[in-house]
Amino acid sequence: MSGKHLNLKLKIWRQSGPQTAGSFVDYQIEVSPDDSFLEMLDELNNKLESEGKEPIAFESDCREGICGTCGLVINGQPHGPIPKIATCQLHMRNFNNGDTIWIEPFRAKAFPVLKDLIVDRSGFDAIMNAGGFISVNTGGVPDANEILIPKEIASASMDAAACIGCGACVAACKNASAMLFVSAKVSQFALLPQGKPERFRRVEKMVKVMDDLGFGSCTNTYACEAECPKGISVTNIARMNREYFLAKVKSKELEV
Amino acid sequence: MGWLSEALGSSIGKKFVMGFTGIGLILFLIFHLVGNFTLYGGPEAFNGYVHTLDIVKPIIRVIEVGLGLVFIFHIYNGIKLWWENKKARPNDYKISAKSKNTTFFSRTMIQTGSIVFIFLVLHLATFWWLFNFSGEPHEKGDAYYAIVVEWFQIPWYAIFYVIAVILLGFHLNHGFQSAFQTFGWNHKKYFPFIQKLGTVYAVIMALGFASFPIYFLFFYGGN
Ligand code: HEM
Ligand code: SF4
Ligand code: FES
Repeated sequence: MSGKHLNLKLKIWRQSGPQTAGSFVDYQIEVSPDDSFLEMLDELNNKLESEGKEPIAFESDCREGICGTCGLVINGQPHGPIPKIATCQLHMRNFNNGDTIWIEPFRAKAFPVLKDLIVDRSGFDAIMNAGGFISVNTGGVPDANEILIPKEIASASMDAAACIGCGACVAACKNASAMLFVSAKVSQFALLPQGKPERFRRVEKMVKVMDDLGFGSCTNTYACEAECPKGISVTNIARMNREYFLAKVKSKELEV
Repeated sequence: MGWLSEALGSSIGKKFVMGFTGIGLILFLIFHLVGNFTLYGGPEAFNGYVHTLDIVKPIIRVIEVGLGLVFIFHIYNGIKLWWENKKARPNDYKISAKSKNTTFFSRTMIQTGSIVFIFLVLHLATFWWLFNFSGEPHEKGDAYYAIVVEWFQIPWYAIFYVIAVILLGFHLNHGFQSAFQTFGWNHKKYFPFIQKLGTVYAVIMALGFASFPIYFLFFYGGN
């Protein structure tokens, strides 16, 4: 295949459990530039296992940038140095022979480390359960195009819905704020007619749960947008703020 | 009104308070700078300006109380946000790539704000206090202009003043557009303009305020 093999030094965060202290462990590895980042970790794990050592725990599923499980912080950047891709889409050709690569888990109070590079992102599920849905009563199947939606609105909603819930926005933010994720989810529904009936309750509840889980507050540094593998725009955060103010002024519910 | 305090205490609410008070301070700075330019008109112009403000003193006092509250809310909320946001990431990364995905200005709001705060205390303790509550201007006979000149000719005071207003410019460069984003006024049609306007505003404020100590320290030859 193309190119020479790369000799790399990896410094990987190892932590045996949620309560134990972790530290970086050095590994030396030779990889093909055609390897993906996760294939490199697979190869390293095969080697570790053949030596009878504990393999490195990391998450992945689809390996094509759609499931959102594979987030790692690579040299300080969630999903590595290339914009708009997930860790599983990163290839070793983007590194140079002799490089040292630091691999860390996402770090946030709301994303506790479970083991090595795996963090507990169930906080996102709790936020979704609070309002990331529309309630549809069963009945006849509606006709296609019964509800007319302008193309720009549909596109804006789909752009927001491209969020894969990976948590890189939280990992990148200096405040560990989840605003980009939550705003993408609020926006994808709030833009569409089907999402309008519950728009106020949705944003109030989702923000409440987000705050309770210990995510930080946004200070508009826009690190989230820069590191998001799906290029979710911070204009969604602006939209969520508008929705939130409107909800606070207009919604009938006094307690959320 | 429980819903209101709850709303303003939420993550977005606290941001709203920051933005709202920040815009209030931004408007105040414009009036303050325009007024200060009378310093370049010499003692009559500046003392005349101070006298004009004296005539409407009751109104000024009300504005001052409002301004004080705005500052207190801005500073209290800013420190609270900073502290809570630190706690949201108890273990920081070994390797930081912050310079790759954020601006220097956005990362240093608490530092620039804190130095502006120290400056503010000193500023009030000198000019504001001396003008309003000490006998000094009257004893020396309409000495407002003279007091300003005297302080600005003290090198450490002038240099600290210049540094502080430049850092204020850093604060404003991020803060201006940040407030718009917080209010939800971000649209790709006009947001790039807002960002540029914020930078222009920040530069004008920093250079405008810095020009006074620089003038009196280096270029002022006396009356
Ligand atoms: C004349 C003085 C000041 C002006 C005009 C000003 C203006 C602003 C503006 C417009 C923002 C952005 C608000 C937003 O993002 O919605 C801001 C943020 C901030 N200010 Fe100030 N400020 C001043 C003084 C101070 C002082 C004295 C402190 C003291 C600690 C301070 C601390 C902060 C902090 C920490 C933030 C960031 C909060 C955030 O982005 O969420 N500021 N300021
Ligand atoms: S907004 Fe982007 S970075 Fe955040 S969870 Fe969604 S896809 Fe990941
Ligand atoms: S493994 Fe599914 S997004 Fe990377």
